[in-house]
This record gives sequence, C-alpha cells and structure tokens, in this order.
Amino acid sequence: MDFRLTSEQRALRAGVREVLSRLLPEDPVPGGPGPGDPVPAPRLDRALWRELGRAGFFSLRLDEKEGGAGGGLPEAVLVFEEAGRVLLPGPLVATHLAAGSVEGAAAGETVVTRVDGVLVPWLDAADQVLGDATGAVPLRSVDPLTPLHRVPRPASAAEGTHDGVAALLTAAEQLGSAACATDRAVRHATQREQFGRPVGGFQAVKHLCAQMLVRTELARSAVYAAAVTGDRTEIAGAKLLADDAAVRNARDCVQVHGGMGFTWEAGVHLHLKRAWVRAQLWPTAGEAADIQAEALAALP
Amino acid sequence: MDLTYTAEEEAFRTRLRDWLAASLPTLPPAPSPDDWPGRRAYDTAWQRMLYDAGYGEVHWDAAPTRRLIFLEETERAGAPYVGANFVGLLHAGPTIAAEGTAEQRQRWLPPILRGDEIWCQGFSEPDAGSDLASLRTKAVRDGDSYIVTGSKIWTSHAEVADWCELLVRTGPGTPKHRGISWLAMPMDAPGITVRPLRTLAGSAEFAEVFLDEVRVPVANRIGEENDGWRVTMVTLSFERGTAFVGEVVACRRTLGELAAAARGNSRWDDPALRRRLGRLHAEFGALWRLIQWNVSESQATGGVPGVGGSVFKLRYSHARQELYEAAADVLGPDSLDLSRAWTPERLSSLSYTIAAGTSQIQQNIIAERILGLPKGP
Repeated sequence: MDFRLTSEQRALRAGVREVLSRLLPEDPVPGGPGPGDPVPAPRLDRALWRELGRAGFFSLRLDEKEGGAGGGLPEAVLVFEEAGRVLLPGPLVATHLAAGSVEGAAAGETVVTRVDGVLVPWLDAADQVLGDATGAVPLRSVDPLTPLHRVPRPASAAEGTHDGVAALLTAAEQLGSAACATDRAVRHATQREQFGRPVGGFQAVKHLCAQMLVRTELARSAVYAAAVTGDRTEIAGAKLLADDAAVRNARDCVQVHGGMGFTWEAGVHLHLKRAWVRAQLWPTAGEAADIQAEALAALP
Repeated sequence: MDLTYTAEEEAFRTRLRDWLAASLPTLPPAPSPDDWPGRRAYDTAWQRMLYDAGYGEVHWDAAPTRRLIFLEETERAGAPYVGANFVGLLHAGPTIAAEGTAEQRQRWLPPILRGDEIWCQGFSEPDAGSDLASLRTKAVRDGDSYIVTGSKIWTSHAEVADWCELLVRTGPGTPKHRGISWLAMPMDAPGITVRPLRTLAGSAEFAEVFLDEVRVPVANRIGEENDGWRVTMVTLSFERGTAFVGEVVACRRTLGELAAAARGNSRWDDPALRRRLGRLHAEFGALWRLIQWNVSESQATGGVPGVGGSVFKLRYSHARQELYEAAADVLGPDSLDLSRAWTPERLSSLSYTIAAGTSQIQQNIIAERILGLPKGP
C-alpha cells in the first residue's frame, strides 16, 4: 500500500496545471462588471473546448485504441481537481462521461451536458443532453459562470443519471476549489498588513486558514480513496466532505479578504458560487448522508 | 495511489486473525476502569501475550502498513488496546528507538515490548502546559547524576509506572527551547511524590508528580544535553501522528454499534439523527484514509510522522466528541447513567482536544509550519 501519487500521476497533474494556466486567464471575470453594468451572460468558449479535447480532458479514460490515454478514475480525479482549482467553465463532467458514446465529445467538438437531479447546467450551449430535459426553464444562476436550467421533475435513478463517476468528478472539482481557496487566503493573509504586521500573524486569521487546510486534506483523502476503490458509498462520502470543504473554505476565504472579499475585485466569491452549484448536484449533503447511514445500518 | 495490501501483508492479516480468535478467549475479565493496579496487570499481560506470539514490536514495525493491519484486526476482534502501556509503546519506545544509543535501546526497549515495564509522561507542568518549553523543573549536574527538582502534572498512570519520560531544564541561562534535556527517570527513586488528581470523567488516571532532589544518572539522558527539545519534537510527532490511529478503528466500530442501538430503540426513525450518524460514518471513513495517506508519506520520509499528524489529530479529536454527543442522543435519558455504555467515553472525549497539544496549538502548528503564515507573538 502506497497511497501517494505515483511519479506518472504527479507528472500528469503538473502537465494539466501547465495546460490550464496557458488556456485560462488568471481572473475569469477581470475586475467584474462596472457599477450599474449588467453582469455579462456566460458563453461557452468553443475554441477552449476543442483545446481541452486536444489536451485529452474528455478522452482521458478511453482505451488507447479509441484514441484515449487509458487512464483510470484516479487520473481523472487529478485532472478534475485542477479544473476545479481554476474554475474551468462548461459542462466538463458530462462531456467527459459522453466521450466514447457521443460522436465528437472526446475531441471537444460536441458539447454535452446532462440532467443532474432537477438541474441542467449549460443547456443552451450544449449540442446534446443526457437525460430528459423536457420543460426545462432557465434560472437566474447565482454563479455568473454557469448558466442553469431547472426541469419540472427530478431524473430517476433508473435513467442512469445518478452516476457515481459524475459525483466523484464533481467532488474532485470541489476539492480543487477548496485547495485554491486555502492558497488564496494564505497568500492574502501573508501580504495584507494591519496594525503594522501581516494579518496572518493573528491567531484568529491563522485558525481560519488552518481549518481550511484540514477540510481540504480530509476531502482529498476521501476523494482519492473513492477514486481507487470506485465504491458507491465511499464516493457519496467523498462528495459530502468535498462539498463541505469547497463551500466553507470559500466562505472563509471571503472572510480572510475582509471588505475586499465582498467585492468583485477579489474574485473569491466565484469559488463560493460555483461550490454552491456543485453542492446541489447529486448527491447533495442530505442524500450522501442517507447513503452513508444505509451502509452503517447494513454493517454486520 | 494504491490501497491494496501485498499477498505477504494479507498472509500476516490471516495469521493474526487466527491467533486473535484463539487467544482472546483466554484473557481474564477486564478490571474496572478505576482499578489502576488491576489495569496495569491486565494490560501488561496482554502485551506479554503479543510479545510471545511475535507481535510485541508491531507498533514500531519498519513496515507501517503492518501496523495498520494489526490495528484493524485487533479492533475488529475486540482485543484490548495498549492501555497502561500507552506511553512506553507509543511515545517513549519510538523515541528511544530513534534517538537512543545502542546501550539505551538494549536497556529500555525489550522490557517495554515484553510488558515488563510501563512508562508515564513527565512533560507538562502547572505553569508549562501549551507553552511546554517554559518548563521549570531543573536538573543540576552532580558527578555522573542529575539532581532533579520541580513538579509535573497531568501525568497518566504515574502511580503504577516504572519509568517516566521526563523533560528537565539543564541550561538555565540559555534561550528556553535550547536548555532542555530528555531523561528516563526511574519512578522508584527517592524524592518522588505522586498525588492523584480526579478527572471530570471520574477516573483517577491523572496525577501530579513532585520531584525533590531526585537523582537520575546522566547515562539515562536520551540525546545530547540541552538538545531535548528536538528529541521532544520526535516524541510529539509520534504522539500526534500515530498514537491515535487504533482509536479511529474503534470509533468506526462504535458507530456501527450506535446505529444498531438506534434501530433497537426507534431513534433510527429520526431522519436528522440518521443523517448525523451517516455524516460521522463518512468522516471516520475519511479519517482512516487520511491515516493511510500520512503513513504512506512517513514511509517515504524515513518513518517519523510529519506535521500531517496535526491535521489528523485536530479533526479526529473533534469528530470523537461529535460521535459521543450523537451517542447521547441515541441513548436519551439513559445517557445520564454512568453505568451505561458510551457515557464514560462521552466524558473522557473532552480530553482529546486538550491532550497532546490543544486544538488551538494544533491550528497554530498547521498555520505556521504547513501554510507558512508568520509566527505569532
């Protein structure tokens, strides 16, 4: 047993980080809209999507015969963690899942989204929808980088949309977001001075940052282990802890940034809003706790 | 990322499981929690059984994965935990193994492993708890001995211990971290007075230890004179990094028993309680994975656990308290009955966020040593 990343996995992570830093701007909504300006509607960048396809984001788990990299869930989790770190926009999980079954998805030519519970992200931008999106109505999405629709009735498990892999990859994105929020809070606390010294020297701020790291590391252990075992209960637990880490870390990151954290200038609110969206995808905290409780009741 | 055990490790598991099944029924009944001489006898007898069967050294095994298997299997079988052997096996032993001379290892390690001698911990003082390096118990050199005077507190098992891992000030004029030495003190030396303290859990495992010109041979010093703080960091990394590992397995078992009890008394019908238990199940599952992560890391860096132990200790100690609060909700009014299962554990769980460095100290360690935030005043 050696739970650490293999050298190939570390190289994959470094490679993905390098590709994403090249493809995406540092700040996804630079400075935000001016006062009184409407927030621009998110648009899926087709060129970016094709670049992601070329870089292997969607074909990662396909066999080499099918043009994939033959990776497993652990590799996919590392890639999606990096995507979460930089708030990569678009129906990444759905297109990844569709690679191999929907023509053009693997290459990033076809944009695929899916119904997840009652939510459908990026419906208007997608070429294809997995699940029944009949009667979908748009929401004014809280996340300025994720358009959302709502369908009148939740997709049932029988339709195959309650996919453990989707939950795991969403959890991996939450993990990346939680880790990024920790890094940004620590960077700000080191640079920002009050009372003549960096605010990170004050215990109250230090303890916020320490708890952010603890939540991240617990979620990381859960997500990586679930990727190795592929166990449905373990995936639910990983989603629960990763949702918790992403949402609470983003909140604490806003807090550490003080007044600046409450503006568009800092951009940390975007992590909170995306984390809220992902937390509503299956399984939500309550559903994940139910799955864990079922497993507990089934113990001998 | 590999969570599978090798065929050799699985063979170890099978052998151990068979041995436990045959051996546990031969154990005498466990003594009452407050009977410390009884507990010493019981815990050391169990350690002797492990030793005779070749499992004495398992906590220090060069392959930490075997340690994990040992803890999984002993907990699964409901075997006794280290108990009175705690300090010797999990703190002093690993520290002497890492920092002692060949002679010192020969003198102290075999009796710990055989269960012949037990240890207590003389680190904290009334005015030096979290600020451990401010300790004042002084040791003055007199020929080939130190003359030790001062007092220690929160010393578990002091009344029944043979040895004490003792921190003393040997360099009074030097900066506080640089004048400390780590000594092995025999508890039967003249000048030692032990005064038991009753804990809020009702037990008398704690004691205050007064030291009045106690003579300790210089040969009992582990590490160099005035280098005791570094040696102490080794001890503390074991304390935070690996000493609680077995208890996570125990907590997971308790959670299963709680669910069964809740189904028995219809508390399981409350969806909020059910979800709380489910959430705890997820947390303890993840804590076990975090242990596997930390063990993998320490295996790669030479066996001494890193500061990752603070991350684990901080979350685990709070999760343990939440577990026994959930147990109280399952029991309802019965949770006020000290003779019921889980009530003593609910009380003792309060110590976990204080012992081995309070949660606030752990947060400072994580913030400063892992995240690199500036040191506080």
